[in-house]
Amino acid sequence: MKFPYSQKVLEHFKNPHNVGQIENPDGKGLEGSPACGDMVAVYIKVNHDTKVIEDIKFESYGCASNIATGSIITDLARGKTLDEAKKITWKQASEELGGLPPIKAHCSVLAVEGLRAAIKDYEEKHGLVTEKEPTTEEVIRRRLKHVMNPLTGLDIIRTNLILKTSVEDGVVRVVVDLPANHQFAPAIKEDIIEKLGSLWDVEKVDVVFTA
Amino acid sequence: MPRSLLENPRFNCKNSRFYYLIWGGREIFENIIYLDNAACTRLDEQVLEAMKPYFFDTFAVATSEFGYSMGIDAKEALEKARENLASKLGANSEKVIFTSGSTESSNTALKGVAWALKEKKGKHIIVSKIEDFPVLNTAKALERQGFDVTFLDVDAEGFADLEELKNAITKETILVSIQQGNQEIGTVQDLKAISEICEEKDVLLHTDATHSFTRLPLSVNELPVDLITMSAHTIHGPRGIGALYIRKDTPITKFMDGGFQEFNLRAGVEDIPSAVGFAKAVELVTEEENRRLKAMRDRIIDKALTEIPEVTLNGSRDKRLPQNANLTFHYVEGESVTLHMDMKGFAVSTGSACFSRSLEASHVIRGIGGDHERAHGSVRFTLGRYNRMEDADAAIEAMSEIVARLREISPLARK
Repeated sequence: MKFPYSQKVLEHFKNPHNVGQIENPDGKGLEGSPACGDMVAVYIKVNHDTKVIEDIKFESYGCASNIATGSIITDLARGKTLDEAKKITWKQASEELGGLPPIKAHCSVLAVEGLRAAIKDYEEKHGLVTEKEPTTEEVIRRRLKHVMNPLTGLDIIRTNLILKTSVEDGVVRVVVDLPANHQFAPAIKEDIIEKLGSLWDVEKVDVVFTA
Repeated sequence: MPRSLLENPRFNCKNSRFYYLIWGGREIFENIIYLDNAACTRLDEQVLEAMKPYFFDTFAVATSEFGYSMGIDAKEALEKARENLASKLGANSEKVIFTSGSTESSNTALKGVAWALKEKKGKHIIVSKIEDFPVLNTAKALERQGFDVTFLDVDAEGFADLEELKNAITKETILVSIQQGNQEIGTVQDLKAISEICEEKDVLLHTDATHSFTRLPLSVNELPVDLITMSAHTIHGPRGIGALYIRKDTPITKFMDGGFQEFNLRAGVEDIPSAVGFAKAVELVTEEENRRLKAMRDRIIDKALTEIPEVTLNGSRDKRLPQNANLTFHYVEGESVTLHMDMKGFAVSTGSACFSRSLEASHVIRGIGGDHERAHGSVRFTLGRYNRMEDADAAIEAMSEIVARLREISPLARK
């Protein structure tokens, strides 16, 4: 019997760890991508003195790689401080799992983003974030690193799919080096809008294709 | 895996019983319950037997009546296969050409008519939104070449909007292409009404019958359909062979250049063994079998709707292909479901974006007005000759358990 995933991924998929909700969590993150449809919720309980994640749970409305990554990333974050947990990357999670199919990268990145969102939620609620960061080209590029290029399984920044970005009066413009009728164009567009539209000072996102 | 085990006839996939063994510490299902017969079917042994002589004995190409005897015999076999297919459609003097499958048949129909009529009549084509890729993407390719394409809306059950069809036809319209039965949600179109509209407006009609041919009645004497796409791979015939019915005098330009085979409409050495196999596969489909598939389909639908909460049927309850059941299990994702099903020994398919090569959610489910969520949790069960009623029961039992487990961990499910 052959499966498209490593044995480790299958184990976590079949019996995911740290599943469920935490009542009155200290931090909660919900990440979802309408282009893929997957969704992840991460709940954390934090020791206010040591800033150590004492309990962590996740929920997934997603595919196998999404569930497995949620399982491994919550394992990795448990017992770590917020600052340590923030640094857990998708690459680390993927390595722990014995590799993930490149095309599924964006489904599993969601779990990592869910964890970061939960930490951010805690920091905002507990006054650890002092000022809101204005959206700059750098912020945009950082965010776009979470949009996957399904052709390669790597993000659209690293694969040079983004030709140009600009931001002016709350309007973000992103030029993608793909023809508009490309099979992945609608999915990438939706994903970009999703990633940038939620920034606090962004009112409109224009995604432009090259042909 | 010891060879003796593989050769044990009890481990034959045809007998889709559940065998569960432990080999080297891994769980292995030697016999999967295959419920993805819309994707491809298991070849029937009788089809293989019918094909064999044309690989080993009468292996020549079809020659003219002035050729050598083996070629004449081969030609006879090809023509007999053609006749069998034509008679299934009630056709006689018209043409049935063999192709490499539905994709080529639909390409031939759409591009052939488009190229033949673009100067004589016009450049407008109408296809339904939920056509399978051979029609949909051929229409899109023609659009890029300067043709004007209308993608016809369908209602919530997948039925083409007939009023919109009437209004969409102009004097520039050269072809309407609407399938008989849908590949994903099984909806069966009212071809009678559609063909009458096309006849009245004097527009050619192509129908993709890949999933309905032999499963549903289709007679070219009763319906004025001009072109019909068919395939063997959906009815336990060989893959790599399809056919296109072309009504007499239908203008069509050859799609691939080469030799003069198939009435000078399809160049290339004829695949006689496969053509013979296709004809045999058609012969083997019986009304009794279609009734049996329908009973299994209804069992799957009824059981899923009554035994599992928050399930929606995709497509029509009654006007659907006898072998197709498609349901959305809300709050769970389809690729997770299919993987769990696989681990339990079932092969099913889903319209979820995560499952598809293109990472796009099913255009059919979105076409019937469904959102991503509806496509995300959709699971398709398609039945075939080697399924039995127990398979339908076992599949829903397995689904019930899997869906409950996945809902346990879903942030969307109400707990």
